[in-house]
Formats: sequence, structure tokens, C-alpha cells
Amino acid sequence: MTETLLSIQGLTKAYPGVVANDDVSFDIGVGEVHALLGENGAGKSTLVKMIYGLVKPDSGTMSLRGAGFAPPEPRSARADGIAMVFQHFSLFDALNVAENIALGMENPPPMRDLARRIREVSETYGLPLDPFRVVGDLSAGERQRVEIIRCLLQDPKLLIMDEPTSVLTPQEVDILFQTLRKLSSEGTAILYISHKLEEIRSLCDTATILRLGRVVGTCVPRETTARDMAEMMVGTALKTPEPRNHALGEVALDITGLSVNSPSAFGTSLKNIHLTLQEGEVLGIGGVAGNGQDELLAALSGELRTASDAIKLHGQPVGHLGPNPRRKLGLLAAPEERLGHAAAPDMSLTENALLTGSVRKRLERSGFLKWADTRAFAEKIIAAFDVRTPGPANAARSLSGGNLQKFVIGREVLQDPSVLVVNQPTWGVDASAAAAIRQAILDLAAQGAAVLVISQDLDELMEISGRFAALNEGRLSDIRPTADLSVDQIGLMMGGAHGMEVAHV
Amino acid sequence: MDLSSINPVLLVASLMVAATPILLAAIGELIVEKAGVLNLGVEGMMIVGAICGFAISVETGSPIVGFVGAAIGGALLSYLFVILTQYALANQVASGLALTLFGLGLSSLLGQGYVGVRPPPTPQLDLPVLSDLPVVGPILFSHDPILYFGILLTAAVWAMLKFTRVGLILRAVGENHDAAHALGYKVVRIRTLAILFGGACAGLGGAYISLIRVPQWTEGMTAGAGWIALALVVFASWKPWRALLGAYLFGGITVMQLNLQAAGVAIPVEYLAMSPYLITILVLVVLSADKSSAPASLGRIFHASN
Repeated sequence: MTETLLSIQGLTKAYPGVVANDDVSFDIGVGEVHALLGENGAGKSTLVKMIYGLVKPDSGTMSLRGAGFAPPEPRSARADGIAMVFQHFSLFDALNVAENIALGMENPPPMRDLARRIREVSETYGLPLDPFRVVGDLSAGERQRVEIIRCLLQDPKLLIMDEPTSVLTPQEVDILFQTLRKLSSEGTAILYISHKLEEIRSLCDTATILRLGRVVGTCVPRETTARDMAEMMVGTALKTPEPRNHALGEVALDITGLSVNSPSAFGTSLKNIHLTLQEGEVLGIGGVAGNGQDELLAALSGELRTASDAIKLHGQPVGHLGPNPRRKLGLLAAPEERLGHAAAPDMSLTENALLTGSVRKRLERSGFLKWADTRAFAEKIIAAFDVRTPGPANAARSLSGGNLQKFVIGREVLQDPSVLVVNQPTWGVDASAAAAIRQAILDLAAQGAAVLVISQDLDELMEISGRFAALNEGRLSDIRPTADLSVDQIGLMMGGAHGMEVAHV
Repeated sequence: MDLSSINPVLLVASLMVAATPILLAAIGELIVEKAGVLNLGVEGMMIVGAICGFAISVETGSPIVGFVGAAIGGALLSYLFVILTQYALANQVASGLALTLFGLGLSSLLGQGYVGVRPPPTPQLDLPVLSDLPVVGPILFSHDPILYFGILLTAAVWAMLKFTRVGLILRAVGENHDAAHALGYKVVRIRTLAILFGGACAGLGGAYISLIRVPQWTEGMTAGAGWIALALVVFASWKPWRALLGAYLFGGITVMQLNLQAAGVAIPVEYLAMSPYLITILVLVVLSADKSSAPASLGRIFHASN
């Protein structure tokens, strides 16, 4: 390895009730691509926030090129050549690209010069962008380009990337990686946070693995298998979900010519979607976020009404029905956003169990609620899905993301659906909880239910679904068996590279 | 009924006077809302500004010192809102309503000794030739300095929001406070300054009513002007020039209906009295067809740990 750029010694940061980082030390060399691996809650975000000056460490030191480095605020970290691409985009929807970029710079040039420089840099790195477009109208991949160009304009020495590929198609990931390799060859170090292990194996020189705030190991990703890295992250051996072989039954869900206008201004309308789903089948729907996934879930759950013939459940038209009549017929859904959509954050788990379960589990009688039965139902979900919580009286908000996700999925699975639709079932969930949720979906299908899984995690879809289709700008691609699909074909189904091109220099 | 008694030149000149208080308050609130804060206490800050300006100019004999005092009084009251919403993280809607009620009560208390007193007159612009021009003179060149200040302030706020870095940061904070914080901007400090500016503007607007428009002190004399200013900001789609337009429309109809009352039109007085509120809101609802321009973080509480 060449000379050291950033050296971290014994960083510790505690929040009330939890130690986010405990005595973390590692070095990043000039031009090195360094991966930071760990489950949710392992302390990756806190660590990079300390490097970027957003959070002050309780103890420990950092040094940049041998000199002491303790940024009091992001501004001074940026002045020292640290740039960061955030996991949740730090962009302003109502402002245009150039204004967004100016906000992330110390001394932005006048708008006209800035626009010219944005064009130059974006063309050099193969990330075309119009400086005067409003960010709210851009796709997820384009938004990320805005963030990356904002960083590149400051000529960074260390680029921190927090889960950058979760919103990209495989082709876009390829182009991003070529850009990153080019930057690294020019001497820019990259600190790369991800849980996609195959990506890390192809991109990164070294990896530091965090678990519960501590460094539990380092490895050279090229020489380590993804499974070994995953087990270092989790600390135990991983169980892979096992699909069971079973025969498919009759058509459970039949969607013909489904077109729905999106209720939100920045949403995507569904255009003429056809699909059939058989009993016992898991159908995976991929696609980059914001291509109609939320609308498809809403149309199936009954939040958006459609023509009654567009959706048929066991031959019966249900398109005109609202969520509760559909639940009664056996069509259940679990949306992506856990807090505020799938669960009411400030209500207890018991109350949340009642909200979707009252119809099928008969938890109310002539307007009066049966609290004892509801509590028993909530306790059954907690026991069956290993939800870690003191009890059903706790508020949904108090659960960690993974635990709440297990509860939300479990609540639908235990209502014995004949068709279950889930959106992003394992988003932001740690590896062992994700495996449990996938296993539950497979078990449900084995019992004869039809399951539609909408997800942006392609590995997940390949693992559990029998057939695959992709949503692209509200249209559904052909449905193909997953067994004979390659990553390239999937990428093309998802819409290819959305106008990106490879770096020119 | 005698419509010929209405003089159009005087009508335009006096509508500008009638519009200035709500224009000042609306421009202040526009900045506050652009920073992502909803301060419903405009009415309270206006009435406190009205009595502060009135009392100080009566005591000092100088209307200009009175206006400065009114701005300071409005800003001080808005600082209460800052403490509640930016530091104690209280609900903005409830805090704003409380601020209005508190301001109304406080102003009655402060104003006890000033009922029936006449304030010193504010000098009016008097340019040798220009002010004597037939139509243009009374409309453009014979007003008090605060009225011109209101128009200049509208232009300055528009330019600040559109062309300067300060304006860009202000809009960014109102649009997405989490992202602004992540980029290292001091969300609470920026919002505090915006709220204080809004309070000062509302105070000026209130003092304009008690020192120039009426001019005397009576309890509750702002009579809902603060609420109109709030509505104006929303229906002007957070655009300064549209706020000016809305304020002049409101002022115009107010003056017009007074003239119609004086001319003895055969419409019940109550209908005439409610017409400025109705027509202004109707016109602005039609104008504000593009609803996307509301600052996305408006009214949301910011805490750095979220």
C-alpha cells in the first residue's frame, strides 16, 4: 500500500443507551478503495459522520496526512478535501441542479460559470446532467449523479459513499464503478459503505468489518468469499432460505390492462400492466425505485381504485373494492414504508395488529373491539416471527427497523392470505432477519398462497422468486423464469443505463 | 347614490396606504415561511408593533423613532416564538396562535394610557415639482417614507431570494432541513433570524396602522390584518411581487367599499365590509394554481438528531 491518507485511532462515540462506535481504528491509503462493512446499527453511519464533521467523537483521534484532524463542522472537513455522497440524498427537490451543487460548495462561482463547470465535469466522467433541471423531476440515478458531481467539483482527496448503488440498475452500477476506479487511479481515496458484498468484491482493495460498533476484522475482498464476509458481519453462520418444490395451482390473481394515475406529483403512473399469478408461486418484480412500485402496491392493496375488471382475484373482479373488502377476500398487502404506511408509529403493536387484521381475524363485533383476541394475535406474531420487543403494548416507533419489518410481514402472513403483495420486504433489515422474512414468504407459497414480491434487491428476487419481471417507467416487462436470466438481461429489463455513458478519459 | 363623488386619483393614493400594513407583514411572513417556519402569530406581532410604535413616538415626538421601536417590539415578541419552536421544539401552529392571543392582551395592557391621544404626524414626501403634478403627483410622489420602504423591501426580498447566496441557503433550509443540516448549515440560527425579521416587519406594519393610517390607538385595531397577511403569503405562492399585488387588491377593495358606503350605494353595509376579504381570497385562489411552490419543510419541527 502507498502512503496513508487518513488514519483513525480509537474513535469512540456513545449515545444514550447505545455505544455506536467503540475504539474503532483503521487506515485509508492514498487512492485506496476501502470498504466499510456491517449490519444496520453496526455504527458505519456514525463513523463516517465523525469523519465528515457532523458528529464529534467522545474520544479517539484522526489524522489526515500525518497532521491532526478534528473537523468541528462539515465545512472544515470539506476544506480538507473530504466529500460525502449521502445514503438518503441530501438534495432539495424544488431547487435546480446548479443550485443544489452550489449549496454543497464553500465558495461557489457565479451561476453561469458553475453551470459550465458542471457540464465539463459531468461529460468528463460520463454522467450527463443539465444544470438547470429541477431536481424533483430527476430519476434516482440522476439524483445520485448530482451528489457525485457536487463532490467531484471540490476535487476531493477522500470520497465517502454511503450505500450508493441501492437505487441503480446493474448497468448504472458498472458505470459508477468505472468512474470510481478512474478517481482512485487519480489518487482519490474512496471509503465505500455497502452491504452488497459482490459489489465490494469487485471494487474494493480492503474492507473493515464492524459489528455492534467494534472492528471485528479486516479482509481483502477479492480473496474472501461473500459468504465469509457476511458471516463476519453477522457473527454467526447464515442460513440460506430453502425453496420447497411444489406444484403450482390455479390462477389466483389476474391483472389485465391495469393503468392507474399516480396520486403524487413526482410519482409514476402505471401503464397497461398484465400479469397472472398462480397459487403457490412467488413472482418477483424488480426495477429502480420510483418506476411505479408504490403505485402497483397501492393498486393491488385497494388504496387506489381501478376499473373492476383490471384486477381479478380467483376470477372475481376486485378492482373497484377498497382495502378491507379485498382483505376479506384474501388479498393482503404490506407496503414499503414501515413507519406511517405499514404501521402507525405511535400506536402499540396490539393496535397495529388490529388495523389490518380486524377483518380476517374477526377482531371486532358490531363496532366493538375484542382487545383480548387482538392482544393474542399480536403476541402470536411476535412469537412466530421472533420480533424483539418487551411486549405488544410497546409503540411501533420503539422497534428497530428490522424488528418492525418482521412484525409487519408477520401480521399479513399470519392472516392466512390467498394472495400476498409485499414491497421491499427486507429493506434496511439485517441479514439474519432478512433470511427469516424470505423463508416465511417461501413457506407461505409452499402452503398454496400466491406471493408478489416487489423489491429493488435483485439478489433477493433471484433467491426466492420463480418468475421475474421489471417495472420501468410504469410499464411491466415480459415475465421470465428466473432460472435462465443473466444479470445483463435483468439490467436491460430494468431499462438499461438511463442515458449514462462510460467515462471518456 | 352619487358615484361621481369618488375621485379615482385619491382612491389609488389611499389604496396604497391601506395596503402597506398587510404588505409589510406579508413580506416578513414570506421570509419566515421560506425558511420553513409557520408563524401564525402575525396578528399578535402587528398589534404589539402598533402600540410600541404609538407609545414611543408619542413619548419621543418622533414617528421615525416610533417605527424603529415598533420593529424592535415585533421582533422581541417573535423571539418568544423562537424560544418555543426552535429551542423547546413546541408545535408551531399552537405556538403561533398563543402568540396572537398573548400579543392582543399585552397590547391592551401597554396601551391603557394612550387611548384618545394623537400621535405626532409623519412627514410626507414633498418634492418641489413632482409632488404637484396633476395625477402622478398624489399617486407616486406624496406618500410617507414607510410606504416607499414597503415597496423597496418587496423588491429587496425578491432579489435576495432570487439572486443571492443568502437567499439560496434560506430556501434550502425551508425546502429540506435535514439535508441543509447534513451540508453543515445552521438550521436553527437561520430560522431564528428569519423569524426575527418576520416579527420586525409585522411590527412595522402594525405601527403603520396606528401612526399613519388611522392615526390613533384603540384596542384590537389591527382587526384581522395579520390573518389577511398570512393568507396573502399562501395565495401569493410565496412570491414577493404577488404578495404586493394581493395587498394592493385588498387595499383597493377596502378603500372602494368605504367610498361606496359614503356614496350611499344600496347594498347593505355588512356585504360591503366583508367584500375585501372575500374578493382578495377568491382572486388569489385563482392565481395560485401552481401549488407545488410551498416550502417542503414548512411547519415541520427540526431537531439535529433526526
